[in-house]
Amino acid sequence: MPAIVSGIIVLLLFQLCGEVVSRIFALPLPGPVLAMVALVVGMALSERLLALVRPVASFLLQNLSLLFVPVGVGAVARLSDLSAHALAIGVSLVGSTLLAICVGAVTFEYVARLTGNVDEEEEA
Amino acid sequence: MTDPLLIWSYLESGPLLWLTATLVAYWIGDRIFRLSRGKPWFNPVLLSVIVLGALLLATGTPYETYFEGAQFVHFMLGPATVSLALPLHANLKRVRRAALPMALALLAGSLTAVVSALGLAWLLGADVGLLASLAPKSATAPVAIGISEKLGGDPSMTAVLVLLTGMIGAIAVTPMLNALGLRDWRGRGFATGVAAHGVGTARALQVNPTAGAFAGIGMGMNAVLTGLLAPLVLQLFR
Repeated sequence: MPAIVSGIIVLLLFQLCGEVVSRIFALPLPGPVLAMVALVVGMALSERLLALVRPVASFLLQNLSLLFVPVGVGAVARLSDLSAHALAIGVSLVGSTLLAICVGAVTFEYVARLTGNVDEEEEA
Repeated sequence: MTDPLLIWSYLESGPLLWLTATLVAYWIGDRIFRLSRGKPWFNPVLLSVIVLGALLLATGTPYETYFEGAQFVHFMLGPATVSLALPLHANLKRVRRAALPMALALLAGSLTAVVSALGLAWLLGADVGLLASLAPKSATAPVAIGISEKLGGDPSMTAVLVLLTGMIGAIAVTPMLNALGLRDWRGRGFATGVAAHGVGTARALQVNPTAGAFAGIGMGMNAVLTGLLAPLVLQLFR
């Protein structure tokens, strides 16, 4: 069987199990995120699984931006709803997103420095 | 020759036209992004959305018709999220080592995102429905939509707000963190994933592989934390 097909099967099976488990136990974690965690464990246990998934997963991640386009076009479709609250939405989204990224990144770097947690593997 | 209107009505009724249009628009957006040598303003998502939005308006096509075709692309978001296991696995040792800074950055970033989003919108007179739609906007779309439903928001509005959040983050992150002089790619990526989910992660993957891996983790972790924080913080503004 072509490698791409088996890779897709692995991704879909993990996602499927993730969705089922997330719903059975009513977890706050969504199915795909659960599946991502499970697949990391799977990859650590099996070199074969890693080799199967790698081509498809790399392909999807290289084109990750594409997958957000359909929802993005939805924003254009809802332009009238957005413009009704343009100021509140605009200020809130821009302000909170920029602030949250800065606070998160500064916290990380500050704590990492404080605890001497340097990234040894980072290539310059 | 067949009446062109007949051909149009045939194309309009199937997914082929808008699926093709989505891929072509993205191809154009990505070309421009590459030609600009990765300038954040030439974000490929933003460019393709502008092209497609203009096309829909010009042809008077409703979003539902467009989505018939685009749903195949949209569907791949799930498997792509699962695929984030790949960079995560490749960086597992570094991730474990960075557990403490990650945990604190997650808490700080996630809390800042929810509190400041609701606070600013509330100050500017947003109603309760909009606040509920806005609260989970830093989480990845499927999670945010679920949270929004539970809080009494408008799920489709939340999907749009989530995407805008991601695009704002993707465009601003590189110049902003450069200006702050932050050099730890782990923290830069992680904070981007926490605040700007998958779109931010896509941007991080374009900039630096380490940042991309940590962004994927940030996105996954904040999906969980937002589910807990958003309802609590929303209580304050009701």
